[in-house]
Amino acid sequence: MPPISFTVNGKRETVNVAPDTPLLWVLRDTLLLTGTKFGCGIAQCGACTVHVDGVATRTCVLPVSVVAGKRVTTIEGLSKNRSHPVQRAWIEEDVPQCGYCQSGQIMAAAALLAKNPNPSDADIDREMTNICRCGTYQRIRAAIHRAAQGA
Amino acid sequence: MGAPPSTEISRRDFLTTSAIAGAGLAIGFHIPAGRRFGPAPAAPFAPNAWLRINPDESVLVVVDRSEMGQGVTTSLPMLLAEELEADWSKIRIEFAPADKAYINPMFGMQGTGGSTSVRAAYTPLRKAGAAAREMLIGAAAITWEVPVSECRAEKGAVLHAASNRRLTYGKLATKAATMPLPHDVPLKEPKDWKILGTRVRRLDTPPKVDGSAGFGIDVKQPGLLVAVIARSPVFGGKVKSFDATKAKAVPGVRNVVQVSSGIAVVADGYWPAKKGRDALDVTWDEGPTAAVSSPSIAQLFTQRADQAGAGATARHDGDAQAALPGAATKVDAAYELPFLAHATMEPMNCTAHVRADGVDIWAPTQFQTGAQGLGAGIGGVPPEKVKVHTTYLGGGFGRRFELDFIKEALEASKAVGAPVKVIWSREDDIRNAQYRPACYHRLQGGLDASGAPVAWTHRIVAPSIMARVFPDTVKNGLDGEAVEGGVGMPYGVANVHVDYLLTDTGIPVGFWRSVNNSFNGFVVESFIDELAHAAKKDPYEYRRDLLGKAPRHLGALNLAASKAGWGTPLPAGRARGIAVYKSFETYVAEVAEVSVDSDGTPKVHRVVCAVDCGPVVNPGIVEAQMQSAIVYGLTAALWGEISIDQGRVKQSNFHDYRMLRLAEMPVVEVHIVPSTDAQGGVGEPGTPPIAPAVANALFVLTGKRIRKLPIGKLA
Repeated sequence: MPPISFTVNGKRETVNVAPDTPLLWVLRDTLLLTGTKFGCGIAQCGACTVHVDGVATRTCVLPVSVVAGKRVTTIEGLSKNRSHPVQRAWIEEDVPQCGYCQSGQIMAAAALLAKNPNPSDADIDREMTNICRCGTYQRIRAAIHRAAQGA
Repeated sequence: MGAPPSTEISRRDFLTTSAIAGAGLAIGFHIPAGRRFGPAPAAPFAPNAWLRINPDESVLVVVDRSEMGQGVTTSLPMLLAEELEADWSKIRIEFAPADKAYINPMFGMQGTGGSTSVRAAYTPLRKAGAAAREMLIGAAAITWEVPVSECRAEKGAVLHAASNRRLTYGKLATKAATMPLPHDVPLKEPKDWKILGTRVRRLDTPPKVDGSAGFGIDVKQPGLLVAVIARSPVFGGKVKSFDATKAKAVPGVRNVVQVSSGIAVVADGYWPAKKGRDALDVTWDEGPTAAVSSPSIAQLFTQRADQAGAGATARHDGDAQAALPGAATKVDAAYELPFLAHATMEPMNCTAHVRADGVDIWAPTQFQTGAQGLGAGIGGVPPEKVKVHTTYLGGGFGRRFELDFIKEALEASKAVGAPVKVIWSREDDIRNAQYRPACYHRLQGGLDASGAPVAWTHRIVAPSIMARVFPDTVKNGLDGEAVEGGVGMPYGVANVHVDYLLTDTGIPVGFWRSVNNSFNGFVVESFIDELAHAAKKDPYEYRRDLLGKAPRHLGALNLAASKAGWGTPLPAGRARGIAVYKSFETYVAEVAEVSVDSDGTPKVHRVVCAVDCGPVVNPGIVEAQMQSAIVYGLTAALWGEISIDQGRVKQSNFHDYRMLRLAEMPVVEVHIVPSTDAQGGVGEPGTPPIAPAVANALFVLTGKRIRKLPIGKLA
């Protein structure tokens, strides 16, 4: 197994794992970054969303070999002290219930706002496809609008 | 989930206190048969109480219920902080260990469910806060040599106005621990509340927005191995033989061991463990359930329903059989509902370390007493040697009251002699659950010439959760929980007969958000709607006129109808449906505004919800729980179905067990009925009314009565 190198939250990492290992499990089991969650394993729910070169990506089906040389940002690296406008808005709107899907929701919302700073409800409907079993969708929508205003 | 039989234990009668040597004040309650909490200088931070005040001014509240999204890490500390006159910004939280001190008085066990948490803690936690406050005031009075009556507490400090002196709780804690325990401290009047009744932000939000909140699946331990388990594809099947050669050839796989549920592949991480599990060769003895499929279950249900006179009577008022023949109008209906899986976002998992000297369990569990007992049995140690570390739960919904995933971790750890985390894949989770019972209902209604109902019969054919979990509670074929809501049918009808046919199918059934209310609510609130239409009456007014003896149902119904603009025009292609239902002592009415897309997909645009749960601790949390329960019930109503083929679950993951997503989320408006009546729960009661509200609206739109769930696409 040749080592695979990539950047995680600004830090260069080199791992020795089977190249078909999904990035999710490299983050969780090898690098011990457990903020990124396992939900379905088939890229349906989005709990495993991180940014790969700035693009929201579901990592439970993404072989780690694909991210060699790329820049990965996880929820742990989104900001220092929960200062990203999306995190501030999530706190203001008291979005999380169980909280398990929220890392993925926040990463998806941050990527949405990076390319579309003032999304409409229709934009949010189209882009925010992550599953939340607690049904926090209404507050997620409100928090995205709030974050668009700078939280 | 439903409440098992309660015990006579009353925590509030056993107020005790213990000094924490030189460190602070601890106060709590304990049960006489339980562990004694005398002064404990050797273990100053042993969490044997709800409250610990430290010299650094932090106020630690030990939360003895599991946080699965319902907000107990905020609502329980609010109860205590209100009476303590604490500075809310100083509140810290910690989850309780398994201990008799933390038994849920509504269960007689340490567990979270049945929408009981706030109800059970409402008086005891406020009393704990009040007693602590009086001890702190007493300590300040002695320090200042002034009468207690001249001192008062405010925002984490005691004040003496006459001399303009102030001492913070942190500075008073050590002395307060030596004060005598006050008895019967009066609780504050609601009008004097500063924290209770307000929209306090959740204490668990910050760690849930930066990835630091620790869920069960996130547990880290030195030398930790991960196990993925091959289980029988058929319920009740057993391992006949297995060959681990191919599994062991996967790099990273350490061991392959048999456990009671199947074969555990133990590896360095989830990915090699799963690859090993997928490579494993197992031959199963499938057992008798391999003959069971959804059509055979449906046939069994109707056969049972046909057995005249065979049901266990659950309610009998007047004589419905005699009244029916003379009714001016008769309505007959049969309803059918499917099995449902919980699909918590965090798949089942548990970490255990079984050693000769004790057992540690790290689990996202709703049932600490059960976990501890299981650890003692498998570990061969006394229960007090079993430490249960409750993590955050990535959803519970009743699924985490089960112990199957905990047993697997204990057995796997014992077999390999190392800490082991068992992780279920989503497919494992969908296919190996204890499902919301599938069931079949037959109803007859009789109306007089004016359209008023004179007879109502309801036959419930369903598997029993209690027969599996607490069989002693099922008496003469009657599971009192399974008929909840059928028995509680609130409308004024002189002749009512409700009976029950306990019908096992071989498919395990368990607690699922709102439990049996999830089906009885749909059936009762659909059938009363059928009667209203048969009587050619407005469904809201028909209900209203029959709720004269059910004032809290009526209050919720009227508020929901009024806020929804019942009777006012809607855009073309939309209709409203209404339902009202009581569960867990809370009354919820919902009005759904619905349309149907061109491809037949129902679309719910708006839900207006009115809730009467008695005194409200945190309206923001009540609102969130209603939204959550509505999404949960709506997902099931529209798409939820677990179907069985030769003893196997056909569905496997979110592509075929569909979840509601953000784009399908209706606008949910929650209105709280101001109430000083008895307090109810809020985690579950929002679920039962949504399916009938939507189905009743679809009837108005299409003229077709929905008697089978899920609704799915309309033809």
